Amino acid sequence: MPAVQETIDQVKAIDVDQYKYGFVTDIESEKGAKGLSEETIRFLSAKKNEPEWMTQWRLDALRRFKQMDEPNWARVSYPKIDFDDLYYWAAPKSVEGPKSLDEVDPELLATYEKLGIPLAEQEILAGVEPKNRVAVDAVFDSVSVVTTFKEELKKAGVIFCSISEAVREYPDLVKKYLGSVVPVTDNYYATLNSAVFSDGSFVYIPEGVRCPMELSTYFRINEQNTGQFERTLIIAEKGSYVSYLEGCTAPQRDENQLHAAVVELVALDDAEIKYSTVQNWFPGDKDGKGGIYNFVTKRGDCRGKNSKISWTQVETGSAITWKYPSCILRGDNSRGEFYSIAVSNGYQQIDSGTKMIHLGKNTSSRVISKGISAGKSENTYRGLISAHRRASNARNFTQCDSLLIGQECGAHTVPYIESKNASAQFEHEATTSKISDDQMFYCLQRGLSEEEAVALIVNGFVKDVIQQLPMEFAVEAQKLISISLEGSVG
Amino acid sequence: MLEIKNLHARIAEDETEILRGVDLTVKPGEVHAIMGPNGSGKSTLSYVLAGKDDYEITEGEVLFNGENMLEMEPDERAAAGMFLAFQYPIEIPGVATMEFLKTAMNAQRKARGEDALSIPDFMKRVKAAANHLNVSMDMLKRPLNVGFSGGEKKRAEILQMSLLEPSLCVLDETDSGLDIDALRVVSEGVNKLRSPDRAMVVITHYQRLLDHIVPDVVHVLSKGKIVKSGDKDLALELEKNGYADFVDAA
Repeated sequence: MPAVQETIDQVKAIDVDQYKYGFVTDIESEKGAKGLSEETIRFLSAKKNEPEWMTQWRLDALRRFKQMDEPNWARVSYPKIDFDDLYYWAAPKSVEGPKSLDEVDPELLATYEKLGIPLAEQEILAGVEPKNRVAVDAVFDSVSVVTTFKEELKKAGVIFCSISEAVREYPDLVKKYLGSVVPVTDNYYATLNSAVFSDGSFVYIPEGVRCPMELSTYFRINEQNTGQFERTLIIAEKGSYVSYLEGCTAPQRDENQLHAAVVELVALDDAEIKYSTVQNWFPGDKDGKGGIYNFVTKRGDCRGKNSKISWTQVETGSAITWKYPSCILRGDNSRGEFYSIAVSNGYQQIDSGTKMIHLGKNTSSRVISKGISAGKSENTYRGLISAHRRASNARNFTQCDSLLIGQECGAHTVPYIESKNASAQFEHEATTSKISDDQMFYCLQRGLSEEEAVALIVNGFVKDVIQQLPMEFAVEAQKLISISLEGSVG
Repeated sequence: MLEIKNLHARIAEDETEILRGVDLTVKPGEVHAIMGPNGSGKSTLSYVLAGKDDYEITEGEVLFNGENMLEMEPDERAAAGMFLAFQYPIEIPGVATMEFLKTAMNAQRKARGEDALSIPDFMKRVKAAANHLNVSMDMLKRPLNVGFSGGEKKRAEILQMSLLEPSLCVLDETDSGLDIDALRVVSEGVNKLRSPDRAMVVITHYQRLLDHIVPDVVHVLSKGKIVKSGDKDLALELEKNGYADFVDAA
């Protein structure tokens, strides 16, 4: 596998610090006032030129948030977050309204280039269709700085823009679907997000359309003491298809930063949404200082019959991850999938998994989770599979594997299974293994170095999930996993 | 090629002494068989040669082409041309046999400062070697050793050996778990690799393997020492009379 070799070379090229996206972009930025209040929200809403109904929606969420308590059931620990000591709005000064690519601040373009995100729309050479084109919505702190290939997508009827733009341009769609999958009061962080969400992507695929290219959003937190509250809404009309990828990085900072996102997916009859995430927020340094708190609510609603939603995630970053991308299998014959690789090293804490809620008849779901723990990290899989009493013939298969590297890390599996229908069939398989000394010795005897051996064994362990990623990201994900595990052996 | 002088080794964990002064010299082109009863230290000797860190060397030395092999890491020994065919090959889930072969070959090439193999060159080599050992393409696509039968595991070991082209091959009970047909295929594979600049140390309980892989020298290992050496007839004698005479002698 060439990826293994590349991985090794990359790992070796990186010095003590393994996080390569830790740089800060020096750009003049505008911030709102600190603290969570009605003023903050009015300021934010005004900044985004939002209609009054949106402002009211946010204020309603704020009122409810003030009455809620922080959840504490997850297997993570962190000092209490002071929501009044955070900025809820930060934007590069040069960004005002939607822009075309040549108007974007060169400093921002340089940032994304450094991150390896292609923002240029390559020209189509005469007669040659370039392969693997990806449309990108780039979100920097609280605003979307540019969305590429918009015009071309429009020709296919696809709407791909920032959520802020959608609120202004497509209010009917936003009103109809926003909060319809993750209600405003769903949970503490979702309510917070509903009050202060800054930017994110909006995707609408009309009936019968197969989205002509991969869509992706790239999130970057740059500013200090600023929370990022992205909101993403994807709607796939009857018989449509879209594949969407989300990527995230943040600078290396000593203090923790908060990221509380909400992602809502709606798939109508016969529609399919494939949502992939490569999460690489700054995980904190080797002593556990700094890093992102990643408290995310992601949920897909298979609203129509025969619809399908598939979540694939590769999680290597964040100091704390708390997220459970879920599927509500409402439509008859609908299908939900969750493929996850969660890698923790250093002092990272992960509590992640999925929920598959079977409501319709003949619904099926599949969960493949691979957790890899190294260093002093804690990695928990928490998953709920439930069948409503009307969910005849619901089927689930869950496979949950944990791999431990070293002596000081932990892996935990917490499955919840609730079935109210006798015809439901749920299967759960779980394994925990270590990279054994025998495996290491065998590989070394064949001439592999220790790093090569770990990379090979880990790549083998996560193979089922990597195969689910869009091709062009699979190799990237493999590299990322190995980099995250650098120094975990020996 | 290989010189073992007064080698003493013990299990690191509980300090049980296993090897108690092994002396062995193997020249290029020679095939040496090491026989002995259970618990005589045969497998320990193979692990110590490969550098497994479960063992501590308390005395003696091992020279490989004149170099102190005991100071080399296991992967360095491999790159220098030392290969161990395992008695119980290890499973590597999710890693296709083909992928493992390529990773191992290129790792060794890199350690020796050579370029990685091109895909066509690699495929050509694998196909040729696999053909000789009755290894199917289907088997090469399966994860290494996972769900392999006893015969498949041993054939996969010899396949690796032939592709990695080591100068010193140590075969640890390669005949165990093989039926007669598989034994023949594996032995033929090993015999093909005999050459004037390659040495082999074949560890076995039974004489039957030595009917197929005919050794130049036979040694009897008992209680951590070589107690008798002779030509191939020694193996026949052992087969007839058992190890009892030598065990008592030690």
